Amino acid sequence: MIRFLLKGLLRDRNRSIFPVLVISGGVMITVLFYCWIFGVMGDVTQTSAKMDTGHVKIMTQAYADIAGQMPNDLALFGIGEMLSKLRQEYPETDWVARVKFGGLLDFPDEYGETRAQGPVFGIGIDLISPESTERKRLNLEDALVQGRLPQAEGEIVVSEQFAVDLGVNIGETATLISATANGSMAIHNFILVGTVHFGVAALDKGAMLADISDIQYALDMEDGAGEILGYFPNLIFDEKRAYAMADQFNNAYRAVEDEFSPVMLTLKDQSGLGAYLDMVDFYIFIFLFGFIFVMSLVLWNTGLMSGIRRYGEIGVRLAIGESKGHVYSSLIYEAILTGIIGSAVGTALGIGISYYLQEVGLDISGMTQSSTMMMSNVMRARVTLPAFYVGFVPGLLATALGAVISGIGVFRRQTSELFKELET
Amino acid sequence: MKNEILITTAHLVKKFPIGGHFFTALNDVNLTIRAGEFTGLVGPSGSGKTTLLNIIGALDNPTEGVAVVMGQDTKTLNHKQAARLRSECLGFIFQTYNLLPVYTVFENVEFPLLLLGIASSDRKKSVMKALEWVGLTDKVSSRPSQLSGGECQRVSIARAMVKRPKLVLADEPTANLDAANSHNVLKMMLQLNREMGTTFIFASHDEKVIGYLRRKIGLTDGKVVEDKIISTQNHEESETPC
Repeated sequence: MIRFLLKGLLRDRNRSIFPVLVISGGVMITVLFYCWIFGVMGDVTQTSAKMDTGHVKIMTQAYADIAGQMPNDLALFGIGEMLSKLRQEYPETDWVARVKFGGLLDFPDEYGETRAQGPVFGIGIDLISPESTERKRLNLEDALVQGRLPQAEGEIVVSEQFAVDLGVNIGETATLISATANGSMAIHNFILVGTVHFGVAALDKGAMLADISDIQYALDMEDGAGEILGYFPNLIFDEKRAYAMADQFNNAYRAVEDEFSPVMLTLKDQSGLGAYLDMVDFYIFIFLFGFIFVMSLVLWNTGLMSGIRRYGEIGVRLAIGESKGHVYSSLIYEAILTGIIGSAVGTALGIGISYYLQEVGLDISGMTQSSTMMMSNVMRARVTLPAFYVGFVPGLLATALGAVISGIGVFRRQTSELFKELET
Repeated sequence: MKNEILITTAHLVKKFPIGGHFFTALNDVNLTIRAGEFTGLVGPSGSGKTTLLNIIGALDNPTEGVAVVMGQDTKTLNHKQAARLRSECLGFIFQTYNLLPVYTVFENVEFPLLLLGIASSDRKKSVMKALEWVGLTDKVSSRPSQLSGGECQRVSIARAMVKRPKLVLADEPTANLDAANSHNVLKMMLQLNREMGTTFIFASHDEKVIGYLRRKIGLTDGKVVEDKIISTQNHEESETPC
């Protein structure tokens, strides 16, 4: 009987190819959408984590309240000891200190007069120590456009676009004009040794990177840093772990009444990323639910059309003596089979296209020139394990549901009308 | 078995609700049909032929009275039991053939045997035998769309006969056929009736069909107005499974 039904299914293109096309199209779009959203949103999260938030971040409570203003007068001090403790207590997490600052970067001519000058967003990171993990994390080797990365104290790199805009060259002296942690004016000379392309519009407009020890010296904050960032292994954000760590740390070190006591925030607690990620999850859920609903309607309609087209066939089968339950279950089996094939084809296509978009990406630098978001200029999909079932399961469910609903018509069929119906 | 009573109807009444009234399609129909008959329900449109065929075929229930088909009161059968009765003991021939278009001639004829769960080798033998009866062994792999109307009806007869039912119900089997094909098909059914003892009940107002009948039951306005034996003939004992 199964072989008999299969033959009918394969020979009748309206029962096989058309539903398979509908299902595979829907599943493909779902998988592609999921991978794309996951890739883009994941990229935003990862870029933010790498450049700004870490997976967890420790600041003073006062600094955390206005972190966007980079208030180094509220920075953490005694970070050497704190880093040692953190590395002991949470050895699997990579802990790094950073100093973020704003200022003017001035390039003088041979007479010491300003030749070019521009506002910069600066980050002091561990660039020159042998055990530095920051170079790799920020992908600085690949981001280098001209010159080299700092190898000694007093060297900086700036974003390529910034250097081009100001017309400055490698080897020139750059004077940073900023504010110290004490609120006085800071002036410090550096040598420009390279330019980098971050691939993040917010940084490419005007950023400088220097070794943290230089910045601590320039901003008068020895053994101090605005932020201590923690990164989980393989740069994968683990929400549960982050919150557990934050709770443990805050219980141990945070004193609510002391605004200079440290506080640990997770990635989701910063820059509105929590709401952003929750929104993404919500939209993915809505999309998948909507997909199942719409596909069920489409496939229900397909099932109804098929039922109308196969009205005679079903009538004959009932008249010959096939029970309604058997006819109904055969319609559902057919739907499950087409659902499996359509969902598999759609999943394969969706993953194939997503993989291409993961490898090649979509360059949106033209649209993000004025963006201040920590997002990459190349948007990429990301193929993950859920991509293999996120479209497949709804595709199969929608098909089965469509058949279950449309097939109910079989039970409404009056056998007493069969002769009449079959002879019209 | 010769003279075995296959069908008995007693005071059979069937009413259909139409608007606020009831239309009486069958009115006090009392009949006995024995194994091996070649009987026609004859009458104009609306006389109750198809309604009676429906009740005999366990496709519908009477409003009043009793219809006993092969020992089973059709009114007491649930849907599954009625389907089983049709599947195991009855064959149907329709005016418009109603072959399954995506299947070959062989597969169309094989279908009733699949429902009965008959083994593949036995199915093949039975299908080929049935196609031999109707002279279509050369069309085994053809699709219904590749056949003429007469050939389609012969396939339909083979499909009805393949499980060797005791009773075949045929509703206007020649209505879509030309005269030559009608005679061919009727001769074939008559031959099957004679050789295998299968009971045929026709619903028809086609004179060509009436000419082949051995018993004519005239219906008018749901009542039996004529029940006439046209000829009698002895039949071999049936080999049917029911």
